[in-house]
Amino acid sequence: MNVLAVEQISHTYFTKQAAVTALEHVSLTIEKGEFISFLGPSGCGKTTLLSIIAGLIQPTRGRILVEGKEMNTKQKVIGYMLQQDYLFPWKTIEENVTIGLNIMGINDYAKKEKALALLTEMGLSGVEKQYPYQLSGGMRQRAALVRTLATDPKILLLDEPFSALDYQTKLKLEDLVWKTLKQYNKTALLVTHDIGEAIAMSDRIFIFSAKPGRIVRTINVPETLRTHPPFAARQHVDFSSLFQVIWKELENIEQA
Amino acid sequence: MNKHNSLLQHLHEQYLLSLKKEKRTILFFQCLIFLFFFLLWEVASRHNWIDPLLFSSPSSIWRLLVQKIADHTLFVHVGITLTETVFGFILGTLLGTCLAALLWWFPLLSRILDPYLVVLNAMPKVALGPILIVALGPSFTSIIAMGAIISVIITTIVVYTSFKEVDENYVKVLKTFGATKRQCFTEAILPASFPTIISTLKVNVGLSWVGVIVGEFLVSKQGLGYMIIYGFQVFNFTLVLLSLLIIALLATMMYQLVSVIEKKLLKRS
Repeated sequence: MNVLAVEQISHTYFTKQAAVTALEHVSLTIEKGEFISFLGPSGCGKTTLLSIIAGLIQPTRGRILVEGKEMNTKQKVIGYMLQQDYLFPWKTIEENVTIGLNIMGINDYAKKEKALALLTEMGLSGVEKQYPYQLSGGMRQRAALVRTLATDPKILLLDEPFSALDYQTKLKLEDLVWKTLKQYNKTALLVTHDIGEAIAMSDRIFIFSAKPGRIVRTINVPETLRTHPPFAARQHVDFSSLFQVIWKELENIEQA
Repeated sequence: MNKHNSLLQHLHEQYLLSLKKEKRTILFFQCLIFLFFFLLWEVASRHNWIDPLLFSSPSSIWRLLVQKIADHTLFVHVGITLTETVFGFILGTLLGTCLAALLWWFPLLSRILDPYLVVLNAMPKVALGPILIVALGPSFTSIIAMGAIISVIITTIVVYTSFKEVDENYVKVLKTFGATKRQCFTEAILPASFPTIISTLKVNVGLSWVGVIVGEFLVSKQGLGYMIIYGFQVFNFTLVLLSLLIIALLATMMYQLVSVIEKKLLKRS
């Protein structure tokens, strides 16, 4: 069964000057455990779509189904990771990663323990009592991932989570996130404008056109790349040919 | 290698020494100015370069201080003024922060009240003194009200601005977990604005002194403000200057105390 179904979503922003249509008739479905990427030029409404899926914005038209049911805004089944870590600077790492549980009113000792164990798994042992400013950018983003995973969401939304990091950290983190999500069989949706990142991480790639945002093509990443972690996939022979295909597709969109 | 290290250590010691020396020079000149000022004042007054009736002299201020301490009247006045100021500025800061929270909670309200806030902020609050005294009676209460009212509007505006400037994404993080508006406020907005609130505390200390002294001028019963106005009326300028010096000392001490509290509280973030 689909974990997530996006049905005929359209969204229009209203400003004093005009009504801007950010998304038009976007439909897609995602299976459990799949890793999906949204690729496209800036202004194609990728982030808007993510906010709609997360239930932060009501779409002008269309609906979102999670496991076949219309989303209940009270019950959060979706985790959202932003471009920057946005760890609260006045909270310790421990307080930061358990904030989701606190907000949801889950006072479960076992869940807290699990979150802290996840910190260790991410190579962040011994920083529980430290404050975010004491950690490096990569460590902070890992802590933010733990915070998102702590509430055990069904679907993970990743809004360019690696874009603020340096290249080396980014590559390492890609592998770590990929492995963690596969290990827990999580469904994930990544927004990016990095073609390589989309190919290396995903099972399927949706290419968006801008103004208004529409899905112009869906690309299935071949099995040979899918089974490899991102860093290995980048070295694979099939990687560059797929890169070329997507590159041309994006060029076409720009010219159109 | 060892030689290199000992050379570096030597240079570092020299650097520390030069820092110490600079610090000592600064302190020396600060003390010099202080001594020179009071000495010049004393000499000028004794030689009638300035009118001793108007400008008094450090020695007569000192004698008055000793006398006032001996007959216990000084402590009463200082105590009253200090209490009023502390209450005034804490009340002003608290009320201002609460008002700011209200404006944040109801964005429409803040837009409706905007012109009124501008007017209230622009108005010199001490001008409200006579009305306050009539309304609340010539007492403690109206002086504290003066100390509070002078800082409440500016606190509201500054704290509200800082509430609005908190990065939207912190709230977004909380909302993805399904946070209520109240949770967004207590978990993100308020703690993120904490440094601003503390720094308004610093400004409000100074403002409350203004409010309280003017209030005591008007009520004219007790306190350092009363001592100034009384000294002025009986033409005892030694008393006026003594009060002024005490106010300067206390206001500075209070400011420094708030600075220390600020450093302690903000250490973590």
